[in-house]
Amino acid sequence: MNQPVVGVPQMLPAQVIDTSTDSREILRHAKIAARRRKLQDWFVVDVDAHHVETVSWNEVVQYIDDPVIRDQAIYFHRDRIGAPPYGLNGDLGLRYQSVGGRIPHQDGLREKVEDVSVHRDVTLTRRAMDSLGVDNMVVFPTPMLFLGMHPQPEMEVWLSRAYNKWMQEKLLSADSRIKFLALLPFHTPEECERIVTELAGQKGIIGFAIPSTRHSPVHHNKYMRLYRMIEETGMPISFHAGYHWDDPSLKTVNRFLGMHALGFAWPNIVHCTNWILNGIPARFPKLKVIWIESGIAWAPFLMQRLDDQYLMRPSEAPHLKRLPSEYMRDHCWYTTQPMESHNLKALECTLDMIKADTQLLFASDWPHFDFDLPSEITDLPFLSEQSKRNILGLNAARIFNLDPTPVKQL
Amino acid sequence: MPKPYLICRDEELKDGDRRVVSCDGTEVGVFRVDGQLVAWHNECPHRSGPVCQGRLYKRVIEPVDGNGHVRAMAYDENVTNIVCSWHGYEFDLKTGANQGTDKIKLRKVQLELKDGNVYVVV
Repeated sequence: MNQPVVGVPQMLPAQVIDTSTDSREILRHAKIAARRRKLQDWFVVDVDAHHVETVSWNEVVQYIDDPVIRDQAIYFHRDRIGAPPYGLNGDLGLRYQSVGGRIPHQDGLREKVEDVSVHRDVTLTRRAMDSLGVDNMVVFPTPMLFLGMHPQPEMEVWLSRAYNKWMQEKLLSADSRIKFLALLPFHTPEECERIVTELAGQKGIIGFAIPSTRHSPVHHNKYMRLYRMIEETGMPISFHAGYHWDDPSLKTVNRFLGMHALGFAWPNIVHCTNWILNGIPARFPKLKVIWIESGIAWAPFLMQRLDDQYLMRPSEAPHLKRLPSEYMRDHCWYTTQPMESHNLKALECTLDMIKADTQLLFASDWPHFDFDLPSEITDLPFLSEQSKRNILGLNAARIFNLDPTPVKQL
Repeated sequence: MPKPYLICRDEELKDGDRRVVSCDGTEVGVFRVDGQLVAWHNECPHRSGPVCQGRLYKRVIEPVDGNGHVRAMAYDENVTNIVCSWHGYEFDLKTGANQGTDKIKLRKVQLELKDGNVYVVV
């Protein structure tokens, strides 16, 4: 009897993935998954991915309009030992996302980048798009999502404007596959209006984003002109959620797991409640609003809750001509990530209630610890192929007016 | 048809060492943990992440005293977890059992030890 032929295996390039591992190696299985599902022929938009803007903070502060603040920032970074990002508020060391290094890509992508013709973040974004199977990626900042809690409203203005300009020059000009929702300094509505006027229609800018971790009443009259302006552009407004340890309602939560689970849903639950009950969709019926990075399991809860309460107290929400859930279904869009999928029956119900076929937008949140892959949509057993294509890209093509031709390299 | 692949000499794999390899496209991780050889497919049952390329940690526990109080967390030195680097799913490296639920397990790979050589059969 013949002896079996002994194979010679190949060692994988990274035996242990760490912060220096090339993201194409980290995401190699994602690319295999995308190829197996033939995503080359699907138009896929990732509506929420991230980079770490503070790595480039030295560059960003040079775009600050105010010459005095700009100089202070430049001196601060030149002279101060161990300087944190100038002017940026946040939660300093309360960032436990990587679970003590267990999820290294959350702590940093320190891989080699040889191409110096474009900003490093362009290369990292391209690697992520082509690994995940994404045609267009909307890039968000990370620590700047705390700007809504900034004690200095004028600093929120300077930093948002500087970042928007930096993003245009360094990323958007370099690759038309990278898209951006311009940051609005929501504490100062007139500055938001200025940004809408300046940036609507500029290359790569497909809407506007408000870091929703804040205690701002989204229904206040001071915002109505802004909403009208954005409605007239035809572009969406979005609220990107985030946790914050200084949120008084979350003060007793001690584990990051709990903080992240609640903190990323809570601000959008609050803002969406105010948005609906104060009749913003009724007043601005063509204004498209996207609720970002809260997952989607919160939506059925809020729909049920508001419908029940509204019918007992309609005189407190006189703008509403339909049930709150109907406004949430027809006038709101939602990003998928982090898609709660452990209970598929609950997920199916959720997708049905929010009318996912038209209102749901795929998001990966790469490179954060709870990132999702397009295969999570393609593998859902209860959706038609057309619904999957809608969620992965065609809904985004419609809401952002994108060309739905796949361009990625898988 | 399953085929053996030569991983290394038995003595080359010290405690805590690993070899993560591709056997003509099938990715496998071979580990020595507490003297024992184990082998798993490099595919996390959560979302197919490269679990065998994850870091190793002792399992975290939180001792409770007689009053029901806790003070500090600790490591269980008897259990080594491998953590999928994609999303942090943790598995007992020896048994493949997930820390959070017994419904999720790593997929075992057949190991063979012959003439001092370590093989996987895939």
